[in-house]
Amino acid sequence: MNFPILSSLILLPTIGALFIFFVRSSNSQYQSSKYVALFITLANFFLSLYLWIVFDKSIVDFQFVEEREWISGFVNYKVGVDGISILFILLTTFITPICVITVNATIKNRLKDFLIAILILETFMIGVFCSLDLVVFYLFFEAGLIPMFLIIGIWGGERRVYSAFKFFLYTLLGSVLMLVAIISIYWITGTTDVIKLYELGIDAKYQNLLWLAFFSSFAVKTPMWPVHTWLPDAHVEAPTAGSVLLAAILLKMAGYGFIRFSLGLFPDASLYFVPLVYTLSLIAIIYTSLVALMQEDMKKLIAYSSVAHMGFVTLGIFTMTQQGIEGSIFQMISHGLVSAALFLCVGVVYDRLHTRLINRYGGLVSIMPKYAIVFMVFTLGALGLPGTSGFIGEFLVLMGAFKKNILVATIASLGVILGAAYMLWLYKRIIFGKLINEDVKKMVDLKRFEIVTLWLLVLPIIFFGFYPEPLINSIEVSVANMIDMNDLDKINKLALGD
Amino acid sequence: MENLQLIIPELFISIMIMFLLIFGVFKKNSSQLVYNLTTVSLVAALALIINLEAQIQSSLFNNSYNIDSLARFMKILLILSGIFVMLSSSKYIQISKISKIEYPILILCSILGMMVMISSNDLIVFYMGLELQSLALYVLASFNRDNLLSTESGLKYFVLSALSSGLLLYGCSLIYGFSETTNFNQIMVNTKEIEYGLTFGIVFILVGLAFKISAVPFHMWAPDVYQGSPTSVTVFFALLPKIAALTVFIRFLYIPFYELGDQWQMIIIFLSIASMVFGAVAAIGQKNLKRLIAYSSISHMGYALAGLSTGTTQGVQSSITYITIYLVMNLAFFSCLFMLKRNDEYYENIDDLSGLSKNHPLLSLSLLVVLFSLAGIPPLAGFFAKFYIFVAVINEKMYFLAIVGLLATVIAAFYYLRIIKIIYFDPEKEKFESKHNLGLKFTLVASTFFILAYFIYPSGIVDIISQININ
Repeated sequence: MNFPILSSLILLPTIGALFIFFVRSSNSQYQSSKYVALFITLANFFLSLYLWIVFDKSIVDFQFVEEREWISGFVNYKVGVDGISILFILLTTFITPICVITVNATIKNRLKDFLIAILILETFMIGVFCSLDLVVFYLFFEAGLIPMFLIIGIWGGERRVYSAFKFFLYTLLGSVLMLVAIISIYWITGTTDVIKLYELGIDAKYQNLLWLAFFSSFAVKTPMWPVHTWLPDAHVEAPTAGSVLLAAILLKMAGYGFIRFSLGLFPDASLYFVPLVYTLSLIAIIYTSLVALMQEDMKKLIAYSSVAHMGFVTLGIFTMTQQGIEGSIFQMISHGLVSAALFLCVGVVYDRLHTRLINRYGGLVSIMPKYAIVFMVFTLGALGLPGTSGFIGEFLVLMGAFKKNILVATIASLGVILGAAYMLWLYKRIIFGKLINEDVKKMVDLKRFEIVTLWLLVLPIIFFGFYPEPLINSIEVSVANMIDMNDLDKINKLALGD
Repeated sequence: MENLQLIIPELFISIMIMFLLIFGVFKKNSSQLVYNLTTVSLVAALALIINLEAQIQSSLFNNSYNIDSLARFMKILLILSGIFVMLSSSKYIQISKISKIEYPILILCSILGMMVMISSNDLIVFYMGLELQSLALYVLASFNRDNLLSTESGLKYFVLSALSSGLLLYGCSLIYGFSETTNFNQIMVNTKEIEYGLTFGIVFILVGLAFKISAVPFHMWAPDVYQGSPTSVTVFFALLPKIAALTVFIRFLYIPFYELGDQWQMIIIFLSIASMVFGAVAAIGQKNLKRLIAYSSISHMGYALAGLSTGTTQGVQSSITYITIYLVMNLAFFSCLFMLKRNDEYYENIDDLSGLSKNHPLLSLSLLVVLFSLAGIPPLAGFFAKFYIFVAVINEKMYFLAIVGLLATVIAAFYYLRIIKIIYFDPEKEKFESKHNLGLKFTLVASTFFILAYFIYPSGIVDIISQININ
């Protein structure tokens, strides 16, 4: 394998963005730039699909590793994938073309700039998931702020400035400590290469502080309670495509970071802080679910449900069991699909009625039957009905949690019930009920491109709900290796006093 | 006498100053010509410096003048910045009616003074260079003499700078008194033991130098002078004196006072933290772009000092890298400022940028890149500048400094974001002129490209700088 397939994945969107940038702008060519973006993102999707097919799922090592000297004698540009990261790359390349398709209806001005921002963002997102060097990871992780800031700020709603600033500053504040930690790791061990660090290990006496520094960054990005408040604002104000990318991929960077770095590099510290993460996750699950019940704005409701779902993810990761971690990864992929779909659904009705208030709708089932069907699937996916991908993730997480701590698992299970409550209630208020509002009667059912995008998301949600094997297969070996390599089991047993 | 060839660049600039002065007086209406000739002679001086053997390491005039790799690199940086400043501001001085023959000649004088400062290895030579650059700068600051703000800034700079020069000179005399020599190397040999008088001398010298690079708490002059001076002088202030002062900082701290690290390290750390935090906080409320960039440069100098405070070669190299990238970013920023022109009037308030992105997408994009880079967001050059500093600082286990510095970047990010918000999110205003002269466009494109593409090959500059020999 000499062809640098990962670097191509990273660079291709940027090349597309440059192409769009240099094509002269005039109104007629706005359309063509959309096709360019669609073509590039689709090409990227098929490239990553090819990567998934040729990827050998039975090997624990990182594959397709590329290494080049970058900052001489200090940092090497190093990328590679294992069974975990390849799924996130696939998710990224799958969601981005869908976002490009949706710009039709949602973006009225400066389409070209928007497409450039999306493409650049894709570069950074893929970079995050395949970088195997801490500095390179940090670079991609932070760089993603710039396009997202612009997407929220330029194309967002009324309070877009406030939301964009909050998003940017919160995340930046969380991340600066991570930079200190990364540089410290370099001086402690002499490298920032993740593979080498896995082998070397980091002295236990440094781990706690380093873990906290990484945690501060990932906790903001996840987002965990109590630093989650930027998320509802950012979601509400961002344009549909921005919300989709934010919910589906940007949040997953943190979950991925927890697995790759917090667990992988600081196993002792991770164990030490398990009670902290459990507590915060449980608060996130219960509290934000209750908050979601009270929301009158659809996007805000889904944003809070995202916080709750990510609570399951962090809970699962820090059970440090095979089931828990696999469940978390599955939950992240599933949530990536479901939340993207839900935001698209909100976008569909918002484009027609220009409001996100739940009580302005009602009785859509008789006017928009096609919409009612897909929305139903996504609602069920979000509440984790068996047969949808959401179920597998939550089930595995809870299984891992029951293995460790029955109390925690019981409380978390309550979250599933609350999740069902707010999602079904949302569905009821929007789709069923009486048709009172005159404007609602004029709404038209799904257009062709909306049908395409939404059904594209329905398929994997149901498919993986019934047949999770391809995903589980892909992560199984890597997760087992992670647990094995860091002796997480042994540490667990020691902690439990066996 | 054969060593004289080592100072050919300085001699050349001195001769050009005299020649241009006479030429300008005898030839009528020659201000534009003199300006162009100045630019050309800077290019020639650059060629002369590069032409000198790179590895040469020698001192002249009884070891009072040093030609080494540090001096060479800093002089190249200095003259390059000078050339770009001249290129970008030529149109501005014509329109602002300050195109007189004295203007470019004063700039040359100031550059000559800075070159002497950079190479100095003796207290007296250093002071001579310092005064040569300062006196020229006083006049330049008040060059737009019909403008109240400009004269005020010149006077303010003169009074405060004279005060700081006095302190500095007093420090020099104390050092001389306690070490019996004015030569840097000799001072190091003679000051093995710490005496109070010596410490006072160091403090006075550091205060004087801190004033020159406008580190808090000696920054009071900077915002007023930046705002009041003609923009073409402000860009000069923002770039060139910083290079010279930082070099002198390096020389003082790492040659005569190197052994006395415990004496000065806390002072530098304090200056650094105060500058980073104050610069970031004070810039938030600003409405004028030049004033804002003054606070921003105070903050940036804090980071450069953080590198110096480590007391290691790596720290010095990170500071030099920082100042190099800082120069490019500020050059790009001021080039953008020079483009905000409508009907022969320049605009410099933040509100004037409102909605710029709709009418001037390319200019806004450059500003976006520059501002994110100034805020230190990866993958732009500004991030790497800070990164190197923090690598050096954390290596010395100075975690407090590193964390304060990084938190200050978050505060600073706020006001850079505010400008971006005004450019990109706010409603548009009247268009600016879109025709600019070639030199300005070239400066902007080159500097923006540097910032944007730096991450592709970050080793280039670091490799050059890592060859600089300090001691």
